[in-house]
Amino acid sequence: MTVLVIAEHDNSVVADATLRAVTAAEQLGGDVTVLVAGQVCADAANAAARRSGVNQVLCADGPSLGAFLAEPLAELVAAMVAGHLQSRTATFEAIICAANSFGKNLLPRIAGLMDLAMVSDVIAIKSANTFVRPIYAGNAEATVECMEPIKLISVRPTVFDPAPEDGGAAEVVPIDAPPHWTRTRLVQRAEQGSARPDLSSAKIVLSGGRGMQSKENFVILDRVANRLEAAVGGTRAAVDAGFLPNEVQVGQTGKVVAPDLYMAFGISGAIQHLAGIKDSKVIVAINTDENAPIMAAADYCLVADAAAVLVDLEAALGEFGRNDP
Amino acid sequence: MPVKRVADPNVRIGVAAVGSGVDLTNVRMAMNPFDEIAVEEAVRMRESGTATQVIAVSIGGPKCVDTLRSALATGVDRALHITTDADLEPLAVASILTPLANELAPDLILMGKQAVDGDNGQTGQMLAAKLGWPQATFASKIEASDGILTVTREVDQGLETIEVDLPCVVTADLRLNTPGFAAISAILKAKKAPIEERAAEDLGMQLSPRLRTLVVGEPPQDRANIKVASVRELLEALATHGLLP
Repeated sequence: MTVLVIAEHDNSVVADATLRAVTAAEQLGGDVTVLVAGQVCADAANAAARRSGVNQVLCADGPSLGAFLAEPLAELVAAMVAGHLQSRTATFEAIICAANSFGKNLLPRIAGLMDLAMVSDVIAIKSANTFVRPIYAGNAEATVECMEPIKLISVRPTVFDPAPEDGGAAEVVPIDAPPHWTRTRLVQRAEQGSARPDLSSAKIVLSGGRGMQSKENFVILDRVANRLEAAVGGTRAAVDAGFLPNEVQVGQTGKVVAPDLYMAFGISGAIQHLAGIKDSKVIVAINTDENAPIMAAADYCLVADAAAVLVDLEAALGEFGRNDP
Repeated sequence: MPVKRVADPNVRIGVAAVGSGVDLTNVRMAMNPFDEIAVEEAVRMRESGTATQVIAVSIGGPKCVDTLRSALATGVDRALHITTDADLEPLAVASILTPLANELAPDLILMGKQAVDGDNGQTGQMLAAKLGWPQATFASKIEASDGILTVTREVDQGLETIEVDLPCVVTADLRLNTPGFAAISAILKAKKAPIEERAAEDLGMQLSPRLRTLVVGEPPQDRANIKVASVRELLEALATHGLLP
C-alpha cells in the first residue's frame, strides 16, 4: 500500500501538523510518499525527506503553487493520481492531510475532482479502511468504513505524534507544477504574529472566556502564560468581545487543542468549546459557577473569580519557581 | 444557497442505545447555524444591490420545508426542495447540486462551512471542484465589485484575503455576520410562500453510499472533577502531575 501525505509548509519548514499526518500515514501501513508543492520549496522537500517513515518526497515547484491555493494543488494531485492509475505504476491507496485550515480547504476539493468520498477529522485508524471520527461537536464518535478504492482522510493532528527525524533522507523526486489557476488570487497572507508557542502544539494552554470580563484581565493571563511558557486561547465569546484575535478561538469550529495541561479561566463550557479541548491530558476549570458545564469536563475545579485567581497564580508562581530545585 | 436541517446546536446530543446512531427523538431541529449565516449574508447582498435574486435549496425529506420556510422568512426570493429519503453523504449532496447549479447558473453559491451534525466540512469544496469554480472557504467578510469577490478567510494563522472571480463557491464562517430574528409578519408570509419541488433522482445522480457507519459510541469521558479550594492547592496538585515548568 502507498499513502500520499500532502504537506503544508512555507517553502522552507514543514508544518508540525503535516509531521503528525505522516505518523497517521504510517499507522495505515505501507510506503509513505510526501507531496511538497510550492515555489522555491526545495528546503521544505528536503526537510520532509529527513522524517522517519517517509519513503519518498515528490516536489512540485513552480509559480502556480506560490500562494498555496487549493485549486491548482487539487488539480495537481488529481492529475498525478490519475496518471499513476493509467501507467499502472504504484498507485496511491490513501491520500492524507492534516485536518487544519489548509487540509480542510484542500482535501474535499481533491475528493470532488476525483469523485471520491472523504472521511474528515479522523481521530483513530482501526484498519486500512476503517476510521473513527467525532460527530455532533464530539458528543459522539462514529466508526466509519470507507468503501472507496482510494481513501481520502483528514486526520486530527493533535492525536498523532509528529514523525521525528531519523538520520536518513528519502529520495526527493521533482514533478511538474500544474498550470496557473487565474480565477483565485491571494491578496494578503495571514501572518502568525505571536512569538508564543503555537496553540495546537503547546504543552500548556491557558484560555479565557466571558468570565474574564475585561481586556485588562487578559493582560494578566498573558503574563502568567509567559511564566508557564503556555499558549493563550479563548472562547468564541472572548473573541467576539474583542479580548482575543480570531485565530486563537478554541473549539469545534476554531482550533482543536490537546495540551498536557488546559486551564480554563471564566469559561462556562459550551458544547462547541468542549469539543475542542477534550483530548487535553489534564483540564483545570476556574469559574465562579460550580454548576458550569466546564466543571464536569475538568480534572480539577476551583470555584473562584478567574481574574482574582490569575493575580494569585502570578504571585504564587513567582514563589513556586524559587522553591524549585 | 444550500441549507441543511440539523439538530439545534445548543442541544446536547445523546448516543442511541443500539449504538447505530445518535438519538434525535424529541430533539429540536433547526437550520444549520452556518447555513443561517450564509442565508443572512445572501439576503444582505440582495438588500445592498449586490445580488438580484436569492434562491434557497434544501435536499431531503418533507421536513426540509420547515428549513426552507425559515430561509424565506429571512428574505430569500425563491425556495427549492429537492426531495429524497436517502441519507446523503457530502459527495452525494455536491453531486445533486452540480447539475442544479449548471441549470440555475447563479453567480455565487454561498453555504455554511460545515453542518453541525456530521461535522464533515466537505460539501462546498466538493461542489466547487465538480463545477470547476474557484472556492473561498471559511469566509468572515465578503466584498463584491465588478464580478470579483474579495473574501477574508479565517485560517489557522489568522485572516487571509483572496480575490475570486465569479461564479464561485463561498463557505461561511461564524464571524461573517450575526443573523437576526425574522419579523412575525415575514414568518407568516413565508408560511404561504410557494416552495418548488423536484425529485433528487430527476437530477440524474447516482447516490449510493460510499461510506458505511459501523458503530456510533459515546466519547470516552473519565474526568476526576476534583475540587480544590485554593490556588496553592491547585499548584500542588499540578506539580504532582509534573505539569509545571
